[in-house]
Amino acid sequence: MDALKILAEACADVRPAEPDDAPWAARFTAAPADAGEAAALLRAAADLGLAVVPRGGGTRLRWGAPPTRCDLLVDTRRMDRIVEHAAGDLVVTAEAGTPLAVLGAALAEHGQRLSLDGQPPGATVGGAVASGAAGPLRLLYGSPRDLVIGLTIVRADGAVARSGGKVVKNVAGYDLGRLFAGSSGTLGLIVSATFRLHPVPEARAFVSRTFAGPGEAHDAVQRVLHSPAYPAAVECSSAAGHRVDVLLEGVANGVPDRAAAVADLLGGGTVAAGPPSGWAELPAGGTLVHASVPPGSLRDLLAVPLPADAALAWSASGHARVVLPGGTAPGRVADALAALRALGSAVVRDAPPDVRDAVDVWGEIPGLALMRRVKDQFDPDHRLSPGRFAGGI
Amino acid sequence: MGTPLDRLAARFTALLGRDSVIDDPVRLRTYECDGLTTHRASPGLVVLPETAEDVAAVVRDCVAAGVPYVARGSGTGLSGGALPRTDGVLIVTARMRRILEIDIPNQRAVVEPGVINLDVTRAVRPYGYYFAPDPSSQQICSVGGNVAENSGGAHCLKYGFTAHHVLSCEVVTPDGEIVELGEGPGYDLLGVFVGAEGTLGITTKITVRLTRVPETVQTLLAAFTSIEAGGTAVSAIIGAGVVPAAIEMMDALSIEAAEAAVGCGYPEGAAAVLIVELDGPASEVAHQFAEVERLCRDAGAFEVRIAADDAERALIWTGRKSAFAAVGRISPAYLVQDGVIPRTALPRVLARIDALSAASGVRVANVFHAGDGNLHPLVLFDDAEEGAAERAEEVSGAILDLCVEHGGSITGEHGVGVDKARYMPRMFTDTDLDTMQMVRCGFDPAGLCNPGKVFPTPRLCGEVPGVKKGPHPLVAEGKAELF
Repeated sequence: MDALKILAEACADVRPAEPDDAPWAARFTAAPADAGEAAALLRAAADLGLAVVPRGGGTRLRWGAPPTRCDLLVDTRRMDRIVEHAAGDLVVTAEAGTPLAVLGAALAEHGQRLSLDGQPPGATVGGAVASGAAGPLRLLYGSPRDLVIGLTIVRADGAVARSGGKVVKNVAGYDLGRLFAGSSGTLGLIVSATFRLHPVPEARAFVSRTFAGPGEAHDAVQRVLHSPAYPAAVECSSAAGHRVDVLLEGVANGVPDRAAAVADLLGGGTVAAGPPSGWAELPAGGTLVHASVPPGSLRDLLAVPLPADAALAWSASGHARVVLPGGTAPGRVADALAALRALGSAVVRDAPPDVRDAVDVWGEIPGLALMRRVKDQFDPDHRLSPGRFAGGI
Repeated sequence: MGTPLDRLAARFTALLGRDSVIDDPVRLRTYECDGLTTHRASPGLVVLPETAEDVAAVVRDCVAAGVPYVARGSGTGLSGGALPRTDGVLIVTARMRRILEIDIPNQRAVVEPGVINLDVTRAVRPYGYYFAPDPSSQQICSVGGNVAENSGGAHCLKYGFTAHHVLSCEVVTPDGEIVELGEGPGYDLLGVFVGAEGTLGITTKITVRLTRVPETVQTLLAAFTSIEAGGTAVSAIIGAGVVPAAIEMMDALSIEAAEAAVGCGYPEGAAAVLIVELDGPASEVAHQFAEVERLCRDAGAFEVRIAADDAERALIWTGRKSAFAAVGRISPAYLVQDGVIPRTALPRVLARIDALSAASGVRVANVFHAGDGNLHPLVLFDDAEEGAAERAEEVSGAILDLCVEHGGSITGEHGVGVDKARYMPRMFTDTDLDTMQMVRCGFDPAGLCNPGKVFPTPRLCGEVPGVKKGPHPLVAEGKAELF
């Protein structure tokens, strides 16, 4: 009897991995039906000493470094139930494999939403939390770490643990939701998450204007941020010129006035009901860099020399996404990283192998020693997504 | 010479100067409790460092001597989170009170941990900004304490808690190293540090997010003849998609107390009052405020007062803000409870609290942040009466059980501290607590940083998770092999 049979005793849906399961080689793929099966599976994997890598919709498996070892890919997509939507409490609990689009549609029926955008099509609840990434709405609503109020995980040893709960205001115990947000499957397997929700705004408006120079765009953003406009998102993207887009959300009676005020602040912006093209999206392929750049450095960010066909999208929450097209020489990527790191931190999320090998993917990692010690506690044998994370964790 | 504490006193005196070390028993007693006065312990030694390097040196010496240490800001906490150890060192941040930087273009400020919460707002108000977390102690509580407790306040319904308003923290780790936890690559250690109640290290510098002062603020007071009607109004407001800055509720007993204490002049005959505050862009607020007023009347409000200006707004808030202290007017002693329930469970839970109160003969006044289901039942008793404190404690604990039973939490903002560590198993399994403590073991394997708080039973950090209980049964039976 081999490992596959042992795993099959824990989880009904287990098979040898296929090439399409992940962008790297794996031995087995298992799809647990619920937290109980997931726990049994991770216990079996612990007994067998298997390296375990979780996957959801598979939209961000190329983020971070490839795992140094992947014996067991845990596919969460069968765990796709919306466990409880307490509409009156503006709270929802969903299993990790629930696609965000499915969750969003269910919430919309009640006039509510999870205020997390910028997610790739097919992304799941678990993947969104594990990646920690957020789109333009981050300015007002934060990222998964701010929206998760409860989390259930399976530990490396197969034990099921919960933190937080299903009330927004709660300071009982450590908030593991914030620790697991962005932890890329290196601390445990997320099996379900509870989120705080917001009402879908009655009205929204996008106010846009393109500026010729970095300084003008910078000043325009500053004027909006220091005004009482209360924007839900302020984005600045660089392609042909520097375009500033401001999203306003609120009541139908109020949004038009605010939009007009923001248009004035931009020195003559255009107002539209729908998003401008490319809103909350980035071209795929090439090298994707996430950088932290606060609003006061926008001018400098826009002046960073990038290849002509690079795309840059900055969010007033202080987060920039830079895409350098495939084929950009590793040396030019390294130059761009150095320029971005002069302004804040910058991490290479995804890159062709030649680039990944040539550049410092993570940059400086303050607190790395502490991170390693936390990792050692949760996963002493380093079997959970080994090598995928910052500092080789 | 003498005990480890004597030796530390000598070292710290050499390091920080005589003025920064307190070992006189009378002066030590000043620090014997925080805002929760039912737990008291005179610290073995108090130090008043002025820099992060001082804090780090003190921590290193404590660790080398195996002496526990506790950080304290203004000492306003309500769960005994800063309760000292008689065998330990209390590190007081009161001399770290500088606002180091105000950075308006980046909407942030950098402050030392002893800076008073409201002083941040005072400093940035001229620029049109404020620091959003507003615990009711904000005139005296410290930002470092806010970080430890993940403090909220009446307005966190809309603006979130301290965790959402802290961008980075310089931290002295339990190793005595100084590290910056923030938005760099890697784990969100800042996210777990905030709200860890001082058990993961001591923050020595905090970068806080500043929030733009809203264009307008509108406040109303609605009076109801029953608490259920007030609850209905809350549900209707939230159900209508309105996100108020605050929704507060008081019941008849707490209104009576506030009236006796500050003469807030709330409508006569009110069994419940609701305070609803909206803020934001003027055009939006005007529209939503009218809707809120209508929803309150629809729910049966017999009087609605609208604050015409800041003075009237302050008057409306006076009763609410004085409620805790005011209860002293109608009862010789009381316990302040802090539990959370899903907002929709409000009527059911309040009825159960009423029943508890009736059955036990212990009076309970209810004050709460109704918008987020955060209850502050005030359990009244006469401390001169034999057994009364115990009965009050029992009712108070039973209220927490009600919260947990309805899917809520044993604390919404006061923290666990020493006070509620014993209640943690009512909300979390042993495995849950063990898992949380893995973080603690990562940060503080020696367990000297604010020990005895949050968790009912410390985890031995030498234990490795996933205790191997022998080989897999199939391996043992020879039916499988490992590779």
